[in-house]
Amino acid sequence: MHSFGYRANALLTFAVTILALICAMASLSDNFNSPSPSSQIQILNINWFQKQPHGNDEISLTMNITADLQSLFTWNTKQVFVFVAAEYETLKNSLNQVSLWDAIIPTKEHAKFWVQTANKYRFVDQGSNLRGKEFNLTLHWHVMPKTGKMFVDKLVMSGFRLPEEYR
Amino acid sequence: MDWQGQKIAEQLMQIMLIVFAVVAFSVGYVMGSFQMMIQIYAGGVVLTTLVTVPNWPWFNRYFLQWLDPSEAEKHPKPQIQPVNSKKKSVKK
Repeated sequence: MHSFGYRANALLTFAVTILALICAMASLSDNFNSPSPSSQIQILNINWFQKQPHGNDEISLTMNITADLQSLFTWNTKQVFVFVAAEYETLKNSLNQVSLWDAIIPTKEHAKFWVQTANKYRFVDQGSNLRGKEFNLTLHWHVMPKTGKMFVDKLVMSGFRLPEEYR
Repeated sequence: MDWQGQKIAEQLMQIMLIVFAVVAFSVGYVMGSFQMMIQIYAGGVVLTTLVTVPNWPWFNRYFLQWLDPSEAEKHPKPQIQPVNSKKKSVKK
């Protein structure tokens, strides 16, 4: 502590180390949060179901997505990234996941929502396996923190089935 | 700053930063506001800097009596003897 510069340096490094420590504690405090999210997805309409020129099936659908993700938010949450994926099995792949819609939820107030939308991203299969296919719609979320660990989880909603014939 | 002042400044700096960190985290956690935690801690760092880094007079209370220059001349520094270039034989 011999000079101004020496003390300033010591203070700065110690302050930054302690800042790292309290940020780590803030991230650890997220583990005490036990979230209870809920969601429902309804398929309102299959808009069209075609086979593309290259031989891949494509489908367009309109969905009603409701969700209450307010319990995911903590004091250390920056935003929640949420997306809906259609999951199904084919002979070629044991699991296909196709992302249909996503959104960024910036605050807790926005986390309880109802959305009616056509699929934001194209639902295209690797091949033509979609006729009469049973699939799950899964709501995935990534809780992005202000500092520290990101939590990922999902909610699986099963029981959906695609039409037998192209429309 | 004198020696005692340096020790006080260092200890004060460490204690103040830790106290502000604890207060900042507690208030932030209870209020559910990350921003509040950062603001309290940043304010604490600035305050600690103002108190411990500049050479305030209260750090200089134990005034050391440095040796007077005329007194130093009466007691010259011991001269270093030139090294003996011959190798010394090892006595058994």
